[in-house]
Amino acid sequence: MPLLRTEKLNHIYSAGTPFERVAVSDVNFAVEKGEYLGIIGATGSGKSTFIQHLNGLLKPTSGSVYYEGRNIHESKGYARETRFKVGLVFQYPEYQLFESTVFEDIAFGPKNMGLSEAEVRERVLEAAGFAGLKEAQLEKSPFELSGGEKRRAAIAGVIAMRPGVLILDEPTAGLDPQGRDEIVGNILNYKKAREATIIMVTHDMEEISRSVDRIVLFERGKIALEGTPAQVFSEVKLLNELGLSAPKVTLVAERLRELGLPLKKDIYMIEHLRDELKQLREARG
Amino acid sequence: MLKDITLGQFFPGNTVVHRLDPRMKLVLTLIYITALFLAQGLFGYALMLGVLITCLALSRISPKTVLRGLRPVLFIILVTVILNVFFITGETILFEYRFIVITQEGLLTAAFMASRLLMLIVGTFLLTYTTSPIALTDGLEQMLSPLKKIRLPIHELAMMMSIALRFIPTLIEETDKIMSAQKARGADFDSGGLIKRAKAILPLIIPLFISAFRRADELATAMESRCYHGGEGRTRMKVLKSAPRDYMALLFGAVVIATVVLLRAAG
Repeated sequence: MPLLRTEKLNHIYSAGTPFERVAVSDVNFAVEKGEYLGIIGATGSGKSTFIQHLNGLLKPTSGSVYYEGRNIHESKGYARETRFKVGLVFQYPEYQLFESTVFEDIAFGPKNMGLSEAEVRERVLEAAGFAGLKEAQLEKSPFELSGGEKRRAAIAGVIAMRPGVLILDEPTAGLDPQGRDEIVGNILNYKKAREATIIMVTHDMEEISRSVDRIVLFERGKIALEGTPAQVFSEVKLLNELGLSAPKVTLVAERLRELGLPLKKDIYMIEHLRDELKQLREARG
Repeated sequence: MLKDITLGQFFPGNTVVHRLDPRMKLVLTLIYITALFLAQGLFGYALMLGVLITCLALSRISPKTVLRGLRPVLFIILVTVILNVFFITGETILFEYRFIVITQEGLLTAAFMASRLLMLIVGTFLLTYTTSPIALTDGLEQMLSPLKKIRLPIHELAMMMSIALRFIPTLIEETDKIMSAQKARGADFDSGGLIKRAKAILPLIIPLFISAFRRADELATAMESRCYHGGEGRTRMKVLKSAPRDYMALLFGAVVIATVVLLRAAG
């Protein structure tokens, strides 16, 4: 049984006004326990609206969302509970920090869960560790931190709830390459330690190609393409039409193929291309 | 949600009403309000209703939108009606039970008051529905510019107003976003007593203020780096010009108010 799934999910904004807009239409989606899933799609394709349904923040116009087989809108209490089980990190989460210390801010979620003080403390320290924050930083005001550290603190605030599913909306947007790699590494550590399911919305094809098990592509509120990175990135043309692009190495391989090299179609990591070229050279002697 | 608020919202369009000079629209709205308060009797009200419906039809604003906009003010209208029905004394008593007395005069006054309020609100909606905030403040600035002679900072006031108007949707969106982010961490904004709710709003208010200050700072920098230095010597990209249709509209307004006055004198 999938851990989290949606059935014929629809969401219409401002229904019945001149501003009416269908953001998500008829989406059937499922994710298994422990999976690492990437969601891609052009701006305005409905990704962000979609993920807000997965933890019950938005109520679908029609259709349903199931967590462990239970409809999350079954009761008000269960919808709220789901928010702790399905953690959602918004885009630019550093703008949601508000407490006087980083510690207090990370503790906001666990406190809302009604945990004891000792347990809150334990979770905050653990989450700070996962997010790569040093203990000395916990007593600072969140507004004294640098941009990248603020981002970590905000992510820690969600991890501290120990969600079984962690959803991140462009967690690396606006960070430098090193900060990006570190945050992705932190997320992977959390996944391993807690056997968590990760859903990551991103525009960074290089990053997604390296780490995820499966990619879901959104286009105009629908799932346009779904599969392993190899399957999705072999559709270079379709990706281009949708205003996205395959990883650079795929494009290089595509061009080499056009020039006459007999390369495979599913090259999306630099290592793939290297191995392929090596093989070709050996074959030619 | 917050996004459904339509009070004071602009609906782009290309009708005669949309194209009118904003200055003229401001004047006409003032004329309309004056006429509304001068109107008397069934004929007066019917005339004003006719004028309002004609203007609404010309602007192609859907009745649904108007009704949605009215929702927040329904309560005020309801209170007005209740006060009038129960507290206006008159001769023709329709219903009497102990201290509750309902008279024909009371009912009539209530009906007139309610329709006057409704028409007043819908009429002013028409102005904001069909005029972009920028055009509106531009118009206002030009109309008030004679006051510059007595050293009133009209340009600065207008600039402040247009910036404020410009940022209302942005702040609403921001509020929505921060609210969702905190809800995702289990914040509960809509249950509990007064104190609990007031406390619950802190995680919303603090980030909102910080972001508003940040935006103000960024906007000031952006304006300065484009050499903004206040109103002196500033020219406009879009100069407001009155077209024949503006004078036609003014004539129409004059006819309406004259008719209302005549009806009042006759009745």
